[in-house]
Amino acid sequence: MTETLKPQRTGPTTDEIMTVVAARELPDYSVCFVGIGLPSTAANLARLMRAPNVVLIYESGTIGAKPTRPPLSIGDGELAETADCVVSVPEIFAYWLQAGRVDVGFLGAAQLDRFGNINTTVIGDYAHPKVRLPGAGGAPEIAASARTMLLMLRQTPRSFVESLDFLTSVGNFEGGKSRDRLGLRGGGPGAVITDMGVLRPDKSTGELMLTAIHPGRTVQEVVAATGWPLQVSSDLQETVPPTIEELTKLRALVGAK
Amino acid sequence: MVFTVAEFVSLADAVSELVTPGVSVAMEGFTHLIPFAVGHEVIRQRVTDLRLIRMTPDLIYDQLIGAGTASQLVFSWGGNPGVGSLHRFRDAIEHGWPRPLELEEHSHAGMASRYSAGASGLPFGVLRGYSGNDLAQHTNTIARIFCPFTGEELAAVPALRPDVGVIHAQQADRHGNVGLWGIQGVQKETILASKRSLVTVEEVVDELDARVTVVLPSWVVTAIAVVPRGAYPSYAHGYYERDNHFYQAWDRISRDRQDFEDWIETHIHQAGSFAEHLTLVGTEMEGDV
Repeated sequence: MTETLKPQRTGPTTDEIMTVVAARELPDYSVCFVGIGLPSTAANLARLMRAPNVVLIYESGTIGAKPTRPPLSIGDGELAETADCVVSVPEIFAYWLQAGRVDVGFLGAAQLDRFGNINTTVIGDYAHPKVRLPGAGGAPEIAASARTMLLMLRQTPRSFVESLDFLTSVGNFEGGKSRDRLGLRGGGPGAVITDMGVLRPDKSTGELMLTAIHPGRTVQEVVAATGWPLQVSSDLQETVPPTIEELTKLRALVGAK
Repeated sequence: MVFTVAEFVSLADAVSELVTPGVSVAMEGFTHLIPFAVGHEVIRQRVTDLRLIRMTPDLIYDQLIGAGTASQLVFSWGGNPGVGSLHRFRDAIEHGWPRPLELEEHSHAGMASRYSAGASGLPFGVLRGYSGNDLAQHTNTIARIFCPFTGEELAAVPALRPDVGVIHAQQADRHGNVGLWGIQGVQKETILASKRSLVTVEEVVDELDARVTVVLPSWVVTAIAVVPRGAYPSYAHGYYERDNHFYQAWDRISRDRQDFEDWIETHIHQAGSFAEHLTLVGTEMEGDV
């Protein structure tokens, strides 16, 4: 059994806990379509830890990328250099994603609702936005096609909202069987990993429920950070803190030049 | 039927001939091989009213939009990759500065499909996309169709046929055949979908490098201009790396309208050429170039 670090003493940051926990969610021998930022760091940590055979796909067309440091963009040169193959952008979205060859879509978001639908387009009105966000990118079709979806974002009342300003990528849509009626082939959200805990959809309603809480957090705190009345699992788990190995590998990865 | 081969021209001549006011222009390059030198030349020649097409506007279109060259933008992801916002893009959409920007917004898969349809000479592309999301409510170039064989409901998006397609590549040979390698994005589709095209290259060689994975024959390219480091601050695989520090610095340069205008004045109008701009940035970034 690996020794665990006490967060308060060695101080893994909230982002580090989030990244380590997200990395644990990625199964070995899975094909993962990765978004840039924290999902990319988590996916690469998984590859260096318990999922050495994971195949990482970036939307720049790099299949089987094995970067030694977290890329700043989805198209950094190292992704192409370490990939099993590099294909065109039309090919990555048609032959590989829409054809159903992706097991896990690993994404971030600006806003999320109780059904795991996400907004990366605008805050406010589309025609006159308060904040114009980057937009859809690859996310809508990743969310539609991947067998399951892992989402990573910090939990605040501004990001976990009662109602999205814009639905960019579909999670469990309006709950229940509504996602199936859209004809999407992928399975929808599997887990949402935040800086406070882990949320998973209830199997029948599709609504996200708090199923694990990170060390040092209280349920009250998580509920207060959620813009809708958050359901809490009757079997709420406490997250196993990052192990020394996880934290060391993560810091080496992030610090790598 | 007689075809014409690519003509070797200067960057300034190519832009004044091809990128005229009001045309639609697609400058592609997915993070890699972004034709920045062409973007600068368009700003230098003060071209206006362009319909800009590009999957990821990136810094190249942030500059073009902030400089007031564009009236429309067709795109799918408008951020500074790994850094944050594109401030000029945001200012144009949020406040109409320096002029209003009409949007035609898609997903990456949709844009890729539109380029492929354009390259294929088909009227539209088909994809499993846009189902359930809000894009179709705001973008009138997204429609639902039914497969005539299975009845499955799918999305249709019209082909992109830019007046001008622009890419950067590592090499051209002396006959004007263009070769590139590394992340290939939608470069090939852009050239084949466009009515006329401009390719800037790092260098002209006797024979294309063995690493070349995409070749665009001379007879599908209109003009070639040799512009070493013409993709900076993005990169050219095998020639130079992406200058991530510049991408980070752009966040500061572009945040304020006056700072941005000063930068455009110094780096584009006063510098007079892309080579001079590179020298200037080299001094400012102190060895990062």
